[in-house]
Amino acid sequence: MTNQKGRFGIHGGQYIPETLMNAVIELEQAYNYYKEDPSFQQELTELFNEYAGRPSRLYKAEKMTRDLGGAKIYLKREDLNHTGAHKINNVLGQALLAKKMGKTRLIAETGAGQHGVATATAAALLGMECVVFMGEEDTRRQALNVYRMKLLGSEVIPVRTGTATLKDAVSEAMREWTSRISDTHYCLGSVMGPHPFPTIVRDFQAVISREIRSQILEKEGRLPDAVIACVGGGSNAIGSFYHFIDDPQVQLIGCEAAGRGIDSFETAATINTGRVGIFHGMKSYFCQDAYGQIAPVYSISAGLDYPGIGPEHAWLHDIGRAVYVGITDEEAVQAFEYLARTEGIIPAIESAHAVAYARKLAPTMDKDQLIVITISGRGDKDCAAIARYRGEDISE
Amino acid sequence: MRTIAYAFRNGKAFIPFITCGDPDLSVTAQLIQTMADNGADLIELGIPFSDPTAEGPVIQAANLRALTAGTTTDKIFEMVRKVRRRVLVPLVFMTYANVVFSYGAERFLSTSKEIGMDGLILPDLPYEEKEEFLPLCRKYGISLISLIAPTSENRIAMIAREAEGFLYLVSSLGVTGTRSEITTDLPSIVRVVREHTDLPCAVGFGISTPEQAVAMAQVSDGAIVGSAIVKLIAKYGKDSIAPVGAFVRAMKDAVKSGVSSGNPSAGPYNTL
Repeated sequence: MTNQKGRFGIHGGQYIPETLMNAVIELEQAYNYYKEDPSFQQELTELFNEYAGRPSRLYKAEKMTRDLGGAKIYLKREDLNHTGAHKINNVLGQALLAKKMGKTRLIAETGAGQHGVATATAAALLGMECVVFMGEEDTRRQALNVYRMKLLGSEVIPVRTGTATLKDAVSEAMREWTSRISDTHYCLGSVMGPHPFPTIVRDFQAVISREIRSQILEKEGRLPDAVIACVGGGSNAIGSFYHFIDDPQVQLIGCEAAGRGIDSFETAATINTGRVGIFHGMKSYFCQDAYGQIAPVYSISAGLDYPGIGPEHAWLHDIGRAVYVGITDEEAVQAFEYLARTEGIIPAIESAHAVAYARKLAPTMDKDQLIVITISGRGDKDCAAIARYRGEDISE
Repeated sequence: MRTIAYAFRNGKAFIPFITCGDPDLSVTAQLIQTMADNGADLIELGIPFSDPTAEGPVIQAANLRALTAGTTTDKIFEMVRKVRRRVLVPLVFMTYANVVFSYGAERFLSTSKEIGMDGLILPDLPYEEKEEFLPLCRKYGISLISLIAPTSENRIAMIAREAEGFLYLVSSLGVTGTRSEITTDLPSIVRVVREHTDLPCAVGFGISTPEQAVAMAQVSDGAIVGSAIVKLIAKYGKDSIAPVGAFVRAMKDAVKSGVSSGNPSAGPYNTL
């Protein structure tokens, strides 16, 4: 029997060096204590509402609904949060927890830079030191976010190992944590890594589906027929799904980055192309070769450019409760442009993957059916890269 | 009699580590031979992994060189199978959980046994997850080596009681790599280990000089050296057989006599 702690079906677990074991055990104990502590929850709710701007809007996208001619479409506007993405939900929770644990320093990995910016923001707010690891390739793709992190008082360390993208940033943050534990909390940005991270991050992000549920009940008097979110590690998706998992009539759809296509070698669609493996502290699905070497993945989106997926998603896939579809770069870019033109909302290129699938799904559904798309972040950071993709060279 | 215990028969073992396939597998085969000839008591063979999260820059680079050269688990098995005909010291694999899991744990472990391996070290498999592979390790007689870290504290007794082969004491926080100073209170850790097991314990991470090796072997049963050897291989490539042999000889002599008779890097291969 393998260890059942932190398992989602066969997935999850704690596959990390012995050096970190007491750190994750201490984190789990602290989290179990503070999640039941009313004053911690009150402090966090206050930060969510007064600082991050929650609850985020559930916006009825009327023009998009009319244009697609099927299900009624709502957008969960996580892009309107402070720092421009859902990442702040998790970060405020973890930073507050770390502070209660007596930690004075936060380290984080980042792909697109949204989690790095959110961590740098929380560190500034709570008076903590902050170091962010970011793949060198991503520091080029997301130069603006690098500047934002520095402006917020964080150090940004470009990671040159491996493919110099998100997975290498995670590896480097893990290495850093093994060398400095006593004053440092590793503020992991997604529902991945060793237990208890997938559970902690999910709980902090579950505010998304808690709000969707009460907002849609108020507006429509019933639950949605489908909830759609993009998936890299999967934090905004699990946050969007969580309070609907026990309602089988609500279809849960995760949109993976297919890059240049799931039958090409340039993809990051883990569920569609990966196999079960053990990496970055967890058992889950990973893009890998026949010998278990982690594959270099590709997506236009730096935030979805990760070869694994959170263990709870792997389990939801195994039991058939959620489905995971691949969306190509081209489909995502078209959806990015479509939402800008149709609703006047520029989504993050990550979130555009969810919009792209909704464009396919909505016309196949009845007019009285409801779709909720989580717009996990705003797209300002992506404008230069999308312009380049379209052959237009603009300077930021 | 070739077992892990045999490696510690004289009290103080010297345990070198190299990454298989760095720079290629024929050099690896020669390195294994020369390390055994020069007194290595047990040899750790790294199977390269794309994302070795417990390694510092030196061994990360070795993993990359090996993979770029086309090294695979199957090719490593074939190389070991041949080398085993001539090399009698105990051999253990050091790799990451996914390499074993992805190959199929049963196939990996049965083949390991068949080609003459004695143990397996997986730095990303802590006590809590050892059941993932332990039953199959036992079935095929491969010792699953447990690690103890400077942060293990209240966990040392639990780990030591169920350990197999030998205990790998991680000397310092952080990843593998040479260090100028090792400040962990190793004697206290060893004392707790000894209360709970008769197995030998060897110290690794950060040891690069004979002085450090002697000091580490004095507080334990042996010293494990990786990065310092991998640096020689990175520098000399296909010509690293002689310098690695000389280095292993100097380290072994130092550990055995309990005094460092000189700096091996002060010889013709003064490069570290």
